[in-house]
Amino acid sequence: MTPVLFVIIPLASAFLIALIGRKREILSLALSFLATAALLGLSVLTYLRLGSGIMVYELGGWKMPFGIALVLDAFGAFMLVIVSLIALTSLLFSFRYIAHLGSDWKFYALFMILVGGMNGVLITGDLFNLFVFTEIALFAAFALVAYGGRAHEFEASFKYAVMASVSSSLILAAIAVVYSATSTLTMAHISIAMAGVSPGVKIWIGALFLAGYGLKSAIMPFHAWLPDAHSSAPAPVSAMLSGVLIKTLGVYVLIRIFYNILGAPGVFITAFLVMGTASIILGVLLALGQSDFKRLLAYSSISQVGYILLGMGLNTTLGMVGAVFHIINHALFKSLLFYNAGSLEMGLGTRDLRKMGNITKLMPITAHSSMVASLAISGIPPFNGFFSKLIIIIAAVQAHQPVYALLAIVGSLLTLTTFMKVQRYGIRGESPAKVLLAKPGWGMNAAMIILAALCLFSSLLVIPGIKESVLDPVVAAIMNKAGYAAVVLGAQK
Amino acid sequence: MIIYALCFALFLVGLYGLIVKRDLIKIILASGIMGYAVNLMIVLFGYRREAVYPILEKGKEAAVMVDPLPQALVLTSIVIELGTTAMLAALAIQLYKKYKTFDITKIRRLRG
Repeated sequence: MTPVLFVIIPLASAFLIALIGRKREILSLALSFLATAALLGLSVLTYLRLGSGIMVYELGGWKMPFGIALVLDAFGAFMLVIVSLIALTSLLFSFRYIAHLGSDWKFYALFMILVGGMNGVLITGDLFNLFVFTEIALFAAFALVAYGGRAHEFEASFKYAVMASVSSSLILAAIAVVYSATSTLTMAHISIAMAGVSPGVKIWIGALFLAGYGLKSAIMPFHAWLPDAHSSAPAPVSAMLSGVLIKTLGVYVLIRIFYNILGAPGVFITAFLVMGTASIILGVLLALGQSDFKRLLAYSSISQVGYILLGMGLNTTLGMVGAVFHIINHALFKSLLFYNAGSLEMGLGTRDLRKMGNITKLMPITAHSSMVASLAISGIPPFNGFFSKLIIIIAAVQAHQPVYALLAIVGSLLTLTTFMKVQRYGIRGESPAKVLLAKPGWGMNAAMIILAALCLFSSLLVIPGIKESVLDPVVAAIMNKAGYAAVVLGAQK
Repeated sequence: MIIYALCFALFLVGLYGLIVKRDLIKIILASGIMGYAVNLMIVLFGYRREAVYPILEKGKEAAVMVDPLPQALVLTSIVIELGTTAMLAALAIQLYKKYKTFDITKIRRLRG
């Protein structure tokens, strides 16, 4: 079993869907479903077998500094599990939802390319290869955002594409500077060569990467494109974008570069703290003012990614545990909330919270699962959001950053207010709908129930025995910092 | 040194166009210019003074060569940029069909 399967399976299935799926609609659905299920099984298996080990695969047998190496460690495998899980539920949700938009094999082909690009980002050990996979995932994302074919969707997609092209230029410039300073593109070798690079050049590299991948993860000064793109996409795609895309293309790469390659330089760690906290507060304040459900969720994504950044920026083991835990939690509850929004939009024909109501009677599963997700995102025990936020706040206090801890608590209270608004005006609103335009299918309900159950069960990850075997190898891989290079080069022999 | 400064100036021209211009087509061109500036920078990083092309031939002395890797990177990046430009152009065509204008200030259905 090689890590390269994680790219081959989705790309091959995208190709096959384009080839045979256009003749028979059901085949494209079956193929994408099969591929994602296989990916989920494979990634869980890999994660369990890998433990705190590492897997290095040299494409075409070219040795490391010359060829492209695929490197899969606990952190990458952990993210692969999340991507596959959300992709599978998203497909479960989409076969009814996309049929409602006009069924099409193109959707499934693009969806698999998106998954392939994200998996590629997670398994690569080469900086330029990382850039190429980022672009693959983004191309699919632009097309999927505009998939509905309405005017505002093209507008959002254009904005997204322009922002992404700026960030890609910045990343490419950063890679050029790295190459000219270290004469290699393999991450492990860069990590070693970084020791001899002058601090001024390091600042340039860090700043370019921070701007480039900061734009992709939509942290506060770079967030402008996110609410448009994530709210205009079809609901299952929004779930993918908000749930996993901003984390794999944004947060994962930021952690990889700033911890494993640059060795957590102080100035950028402080920048994560400040930008993360700004995202928490401003994101949730902007979310509070929205009456469009999906826009509200998109702004709240900015705020939740802020928590992950805050945990990262503390640069302690506990803070990183919180950040990694919040990555999976946010993927679960934000995807669930986007499914709820999609189901509501399909049933009522509106995304405006003020025009909703009587949902508990008409769509009980949507109403109850949205309650679970709202409680989870607001940090109410026993749901998962409570534990990850608690860990981050405790870590902030332990790291002698009480101000950031306080701001994180304020952000959490404001999140609670935001989602009370959703429940009060939206789900249990005063303008009750009498009839449904379309009933959510069983696939949509199943996706919502699965994620709602996982929102509860993933809080089990804090129980000592389970935490050691699930979260700790991931955190160890990150906090090993520049030791990453030695591990990768050691596994090569 | 001046050549790097000019390269940076080209990048800033692209950024200026992206921020200031209101026409969709000009925005696409500006994003292209930004990409060219970065590509040019990568090629410049691989340049060695008085060096030869990086191919070993029979009967030719091994001399100082330019670095071939940045050239390969630039080829890849040009292809990616082609894709981005095509995508942006396709979106611009669709936007024109919907709004009957290329003016970005008149394309404002998304707010907030």
